[in-house]
Amino acid sequence: MFLDFFYLLREKGLDVTPTDWLTLTEALDKGLAGNSFTGFYRLCRAVLVKSESLYDKFDQAFLEHFKGIAEMPEIPPEFYQWLANPRGSESMDGQKHQSPYRTAEQIEQMLRERIGEQTCQHNGGTYWVGTGGSSNFGNSGAGQEDGIRVGGQGHYHAAMRVAGERRFRDFSEDQVLGLRQYQMAFRRLRQFSGETNAAKTELDLDATIQATSDNAGKLKIEYKRPRQNTVKLLLLIDSGGSMDEYMAVVTALFQAVRKSNHFQDLKIYYFHNCIHDRLYTDPTCTPGKWVESESVLHQLDGNYKMIILGDAEMAPYELLNYRYYGQNRMCGLDWFQLFQKHYPHNVWLNPSTGGRSLWHDDYWGVGSHYDLSTYDILNDKFDMYLLTVANLEKALKKLLVNR
Amino acid sequence: MQTNLTFEGSQDYVAGADLMSAVNISMALQKPLLIKGEPGTGKTKLAESIAAALGKQLIIWSIKSTTKAQDGLYFYDVVQRLYDSQFGGSDVKDVEQYVKLGKLGEAFSAEEQVVLLIDEIDKADLEFPNDLLWELDKMEFYIPQTKQTVKAKTRPIIIITSNAEKELPDAFLRRCIFHYISFPDKDLMRKIIKVHYPVLEMDLLESAMNAFYALREQRGLQKKPSTSELIDWIRALQIGGISAEEICKTMPFAGVLLKKSEDMAELEKMKQTGRGPFAG
Repeated sequence: MFLDFFYLLREKGLDVTPTDWLTLTEALDKGLAGNSFTGFYRLCRAVLVKSESLYDKFDQAFLEHFKGIAEMPEIPPEFYQWLANPRGSESMDGQKHQSPYRTAEQIEQMLRERIGEQTCQHNGGTYWVGTGGSSNFGNSGAGQEDGIRVGGQGHYHAAMRVAGERRFRDFSEDQVLGLRQYQMAFRRLRQFSGETNAAKTELDLDATIQATSDNAGKLKIEYKRPRQNTVKLLLLIDSGGSMDEYMAVVTALFQAVRKSNHFQDLKIYYFHNCIHDRLYTDPTCTPGKWVESESVLHQLDGNYKMIILGDAEMAPYELLNYRYYGQNRMCGLDWFQLFQKHYPHNVWLNPSTGGRSLWHDDYWGVGSHYDLSTYDILNDKFDMYLLTVANLEKALKKLLVNR
Repeated sequence: MQTNLTFEGSQDYVAGADLMSAVNISMALQKPLLIKGEPGTGKTKLAESIAAALGKQLIIWSIKSTTKAQDGLYFYDVVQRLYDSQFGGSDVKDVEQYVKLGKLGEAFSAEEQVVLLIDEIDKADLEFPNDLLWELDKMEFYIPQTKQTVKAKTRPIIIITSNAEKELPDAFLRRCIFHYISFPDKDLMRKIIKVHYPVLEMDLLESAMNAFYALREQRGLQKKPSTSELIDWIRALQIGGISAEEICKTMPFAGVLLKKSEDMAELEKMKQTGRGPFAG
């Protein structure tokens, strides 16, 4: 039953398993759909979908599969009123109307005709839209096994309307992230080890036995350090200029990192467009509030995991020209690559997809005599990820394993 | 039979139709119900309301970041037993007295069906839900120290809440019925408020609700106010004797709705530019 729907869901990227499907079948057997289409929709969703980020995909698949059912002729509102207040209707006991088999299309067609013809309320009867009775239309009647329910509890439209609203679109995983989702992603960044400086709070059974034996059998309890996260993180954020339009997303990420108190150490520095001699300690990149880039490299060893957050858009000369910023011995790209070499675990998170190629329009006023945009250059050198939930998770996973 | 039980909300808890059907589905299929949703949408209250509506005992297991799966089953106080063996005390041969049941164990060993709330399961370690798979599936566990098997006489109704701080493992999800409590729309919100304040002036309610939803729609808020904050706010407005017109002009007691200083600053900006609750 509905097996096509099962495969459609899988095709849409919902990880529905045969076990889930059997559960759904069991639930349908128990009548949990409540004989209504809305109930069926809710049941399917509750059993088959395991995350609100997949609700939207589910809604889409549901719409696609059951669309035929939804495309019913509009029922005039007064029909519902007649149906809601059945006046002295008596159901036609034992008089089940033996209607000839009709296809869904024929029945739909008939309903269209009836809507055109009917002008007053009908209760009991075999033809009109009404309650009781055994016509193919209406509710609380006998003629509905293959007919169309009109009104009463749960008509088709409700379910399709709920699915059609696609209210959960915002939860789709490809959305650019919100604060909470960032935090969730950063929780993944952990590597446990007992070799930390935490207080000794856990009973160390082996050591206790050893110590008790050494103590001639008199109990001596030993404790050990609990296992803790050993991840140390260096976050370098591009601030100002072309980054301004990503302010919200950068702030959210920044706060998520700051709130993730499970890191052993966290260092955050800022740069403007490109790393040079100095890294700023303040997002305003105010001269004076800085540290020497080299001293950062000295102080923070290669065990730190580096995340660069920036749009990689700048005037090409900032990245490539050696004379830019006067006495620099290295160009911006050299600095980036020095950091990259020093911190083997590194990723670049980018709030934009590049492609703006600002210099093409001569945005930076340098003419377009460079072959590649800075985005392309840096994208080539770094593992660059566009900031979405799925990508951040990928990036952080890579940060943990890759050398 | 337990399959006949249905939940239709309770006096002090208004549940949306889809939430109710999710509860009933999970009870009929005897699977744990996993509830997610924004903070303040009444995830924890749901279990209380189910227990009250069905007249069952509620056992709450609140999860903390340090909670281990084992804690819910039983606790074997080995240190106490070691001390007792050294210094004398109660009978150390009686192992049972050193084994204390956790919340899950309590729920399993209860004589009658209970409602078990596992609150904020995502706070615990990533492995935590996986460690409970067998126990939730079979509704039993074994205590090696006493060679006992604790098996549920009647499967408890299990409600699990999550704030989505961590993703839960697939194997665990597959055993649950899932429901996401979306933020209540205005109609449902009216019902919820009615439950809390049976007598409330209509225009106060309407303008408070309008201001509230207008505020929520604004981007740039770091923490959107939720149902429980709206309820507190209405109480404050009532006690303060604020008139309906005043609400959208000055947003009094906004501190009840917004908990962050950044958000208060944002509200001030809205006031100056006439956006959000100050529009219209």
